[in-house]
Amino acid sequence: MDAEPSLIGLLAWGDKGWGDELARGLALTVQISICSYFVGFLLGLAGAGAKLSQHRWANVAGDLYTTLIRALPELLLILLIYYAGTPALVKLLVFTGMASEDLQISPFAAAVIALGFIYGAYLTDVLRGAIQAIPKGQIEAARAYGMHAPLRFRRIVFPQMIRFAIPGMGNQWLNITKDSALISVIGAFEIAKQANIAASGTKEYLFFYSVAALIFLCLTIVSMIVLTRIEKRANRGVSRA
Amino acid sequence: MTIDQCTALSDTLLQMEQAARFSPCFLIVEVMPRLIWAIPVSLLLMVVSGAIGNLLAVPVAVARIHPNPLLWIPSYLFILLMRGTPLIIQIYLIYYGLGQVFGDIRIDGKRLMQVLPFLKDGIWYAIFALSINTAGYSGEILRGALMAVPHGEVEAGRAFGMSRWLIFRRVTLPRAIRICLPAMSTETVLLLKATSLASLVTVYEVLGTGRYIIQQSLRTYEALVGAAIIYILMVFLLTRILNRLERRLNRDRERPVSSGAMPQAAKA
Repeated sequence: MDAEPSLIGLLAWGDKGWGDELARGLALTVQISICSYFVGFLLGLAGAGAKLSQHRWANVAGDLYTTLIRALPELLLILLIYYAGTPALVKLLVFTGMASEDLQISPFAAAVIALGFIYGAYLTDVLRGAIQAIPKGQIEAARAYGMHAPLRFRRIVFPQMIRFAIPGMGNQWLNITKDSALISVIGAFEIAKQANIAASGTKEYLFFYSVAALIFLCLTIVSMIVLTRIEKRANRGVSRA
Repeated sequence: MTIDQCTALSDTLLQMEQAARFSPCFLIVEVMPRLIWAIPVSLLLMVVSGAIGNLLAVPVAVARIHPNPLLWIPSYLFILLMRGTPLIIQIYLIYYGLGQVFGDIRIDGKRLMQVLPFLKDGIWYAIFALSINTAGYSGEILRGALMAVPHGEVEAGRAFGMSRWLIFRRVTLPRAIRICLPAMSTETVLLLKATSLASLVTVYEVLGTGRYIIQQSLRTYEALVGAAIIYILMVFLLTRILNRLERRLNRDRERPVSSGAMPQAAKA
């Protein structure tokens, strides 16, 4: 560029600035967060089920899962799942004939698997606590009505569990959006990675990392506003002391 | 395909080939000793930034509950910034951002980095980032604890004629610290895990050393598994130490039933 570019000019759309790259990074961050949160929620349900189950081995497996994930740094887990977990998964899929030999796992899929697996452990404990907060009598009443287990879960356990779990689940959502920045180390082009590229390209480190921090801050604030609304709505039928 | 791309491809294939086999021998003989030597760096990061961060948390928390908006608004924004942005961005911002600022400063025609060579070392930036991050998180915890101190205790202090500073030092703060001990031990474990992010700014702590071994040996599994084992052991030990510390600090509050006093009383 000929003239000394102003800092705001660096955020321009198109070839000259990095505005569109950062916007795409934000979109990817949100996508990764939503997808891995969904995976984590399913794993969390399974984990909570395992921890509360009557079978001893299921309890042990659930405890092992949450204890190990909680003890390991997220960055290490992401590297471990990316380098060791996904090749193993590919092998497994090829071996069982569910995928062809040339299956490649994209950084996006790897990110979702890694973050989903990590947050599955955190959500396991949130959901387990929420299920335990449901009065036992209600489940016994449902059983007395002759409801079978899936119906009991759908009509009695799940709706109340969600209400009890909302504060904890909200916290984990805020954490997952922040931890999605760690995915930049395995090469997904989310905000942190885009800021990295832009900063090293222009040598304006201070500026681009500040912008990235600001984007994350906005994401957090918007999430917090939405979460308070959800919480209020979920508790609309509950009287407060 | 150009020659460069070909060599790059064959390199990656070779790397995948080698990395595909997990060798316990390599893990024990080569990887573990080097990772164990890196443990002190991780612990140093945790202890130093934990100490600085928790000390800074006290003024942050006090300012946060102060009625004066000139005090509580900056504190609120600081906590929001620390808790609302990823630590990895904070570390990058401090390491590369400050590096950029320091790079421009010249003293007597020399670059600042040449005058103060230790500024090149990533560990200072990592400690700085981890400290202010801890100050934000602990400040918020301490704020809750300060507000949970029973008002009657403060009033009692006042009735004794204690000054406001003395009440804070002798009544409010010790009580608040005791209230937030469980949350603080969780926070300390999170801090130990967070020190692994220092590996991104060239600090050779456990994960950084592991990543270095990966680059050198082109073997991925062993270094990552070795680092995982070390982190699990460190977190396990730290949790036990913190639990014991917590019990010791709350010793006078234990219920008499669970303490050793009962059998003696029964004997008498």
